[in-house]
Amino acid sequence: MRTAAAPIISATNVDKTFVPGGPRVLDSISFDVEPGEFVCLLGGSGCGKSTLLGLIAGIEQPTGGTLMLPADGAAMMFQDSALMPWLSARRNVELALRLRGVARADRRAIAEELLAMVHLTAAAERRPHELSGGMRQRVALARALAQERSVLLMDEPFAALDAITRDSLHSELERVWTETGRTIVFVTHNVREAMRLGDRILLMAPTPGGVVAEWHIDIDRPRAADDPRVVSTTAEITERLRREMGHEHS
Amino acid sequence: MSTADTRLERGPAAPDRVLAEVTVPGRDQGTRRSRLASALAPPVLVFVGLIALWQLFVVLADPRPDLYPGPGEAVSAFVSAWEAGTITEAVSTSLRRGVLGFLLSVLIAVPIGLVLAETPWLRRAFGPFVTGLQVLPSVAWVPVAIIWFGLTDATVFTVILLGAVPSIINGLVTGIAQVPPQFHQVARVLGAGRRERLQLIVIPAALPNFIGGLKQGWAFAWRSLMAAEIIATGGTLGFGLGALLDQGRQLADMAGVFTAIVLILVVGVLIEIAVFGPLERFVAVRRGLR
Repeated sequence: MRTAAAPIISATNVDKTFVPGGPRVLDSISFDVEPGEFVCLLGGSGCGKSTLLGLIAGIEQPTGGTLMLPADGAAMMFQDSALMPWLSARRNVELALRLRGVARADRRAIAEELLAMVHLTAAAERRPHELSGGMRQRVALARALAQERSVLLMDEPFAALDAITRDSLHSELERVWTETGRTIVFVTHNVREAMRLGDRILLMAPTPGGVVAEWHIDIDRPRAADDPRVVSTTAEITERLRREMGHEHS
Repeated sequence: MSTADTRLERGPAAPDRVLAEVTVPGRDQGTRRSRLASALAPPVLVFVGLIALWQLFVVLADPRPDLYPGPGEAVSAFVSAWEAGTITEAVSTSLRRGVLGFLLSVLIAVPIGLVLAETPWLRRAFGPFVTGLQVLPSVAWVPVAIIWFGLTDATVFTVILLGAVPSIINGLVTGIAQVPPQFHQVARVLGAGRRERLQLIVIPAALPNFIGGLKQGWAFAWRSLMAAEIIATGGTLGFGLGALLDQGRQLADMAGVFTAIVLILVVGVLIEIAVFGPLERFVAVRRGLR
């Protein structure tokens, strides 16, 4: 394991059960995340990857083990953009700024800067229902960036988008990640998406949820889907994912 | 890059302009007028039809005019009451009380509703009683209020409050309970404190349901007021629509009775159409719900 810097997130034997005495949703999970790293949690449905993200976000508490988190908490992006439908794109971003304690006079300028970063300047005054799914996720990204946390958690943020929109948002996210130096933990069930984005991929398997394999992806960015190394690693991970899900479904 | 940009700009420009010049303005005006017409036409038709049926009944059955006055007698009763100033007085007295009582109910119900919505054990403890109060016809409170306050405005307001407050509380509690859990998660992730979560996220999210609760609260306030006014007349009480109705009963003046009933109906419905309708539409349109 690379231990260049102190980890920003550190999980040791983390367990999670929702019902006391009930089944373990997460079973003895251990992993570290380094500052600035882009980690993908990959797995099929029911393997507890969203639950794990909820623990890191502080929405839920672990029932066992140790979970070390950054003191300032984490920003989070949901699969459904979860924007406030009564606020314009700009005001949605300003809400995060306000709750972070940014002075009223500075909010507008910062929000506009963040919307410019995700190429939404022209849509700043539109409300969520007037935006496409991809634009809504851009606003959600700007809002998450407005939280100014070192860690950004993303729960299948692009899963509901069409392939073309998803592809352009992958490039956007990669650029934003490079520009801002955030640490990103990205949950996905899509092997190609994980291969496109992750420095490291943690494969999770169900019943009970746990991390069963790990890949370091040392391929230069932006990664082309037809790069032979990308192709071979994608095939390898897909095969392993199929095997892990297979002993659940066969 | 630059060639691609200019091509992109030139491409859609022409069809955009055509759309703006030809289709949009005409369609916009048309929809507004036709929307108004299609909203008004059916109830107006039904109204005219009912009047026609009424006239037909009076002509064909020829009933006792003191028990079944025709549309003509009703209109002349209305006109003479209008000329005497009775209608203006009754409507303004009742409307003033109704609106004041309703606003008072909102002021009382909102803090209680927020506390109940935010405190699960209080909600479990008091919820059934609030619902019980809402189910109890507020006319049942009239004798209580008369014994306590006599024939004064306090009696009327007591009955309005007991009718409207539980309904507004329930609307707010239900509205907040139906806020999608995701908004609570977002509030948490964004680091909102309790007050900020309520003020900036939960209350705005609950607003459409809350307005529904207010609308129901108004209906309860208006009904309660009429119950109180019909039973409690005289004393220092002014002359409201309920008193007008009761006066008609005592004089066995069927045309006067129906004048009062129609006025009670029309005022109640007008407030809904003029106040709550636009409010609901505004909130829904802002959120893309309509």
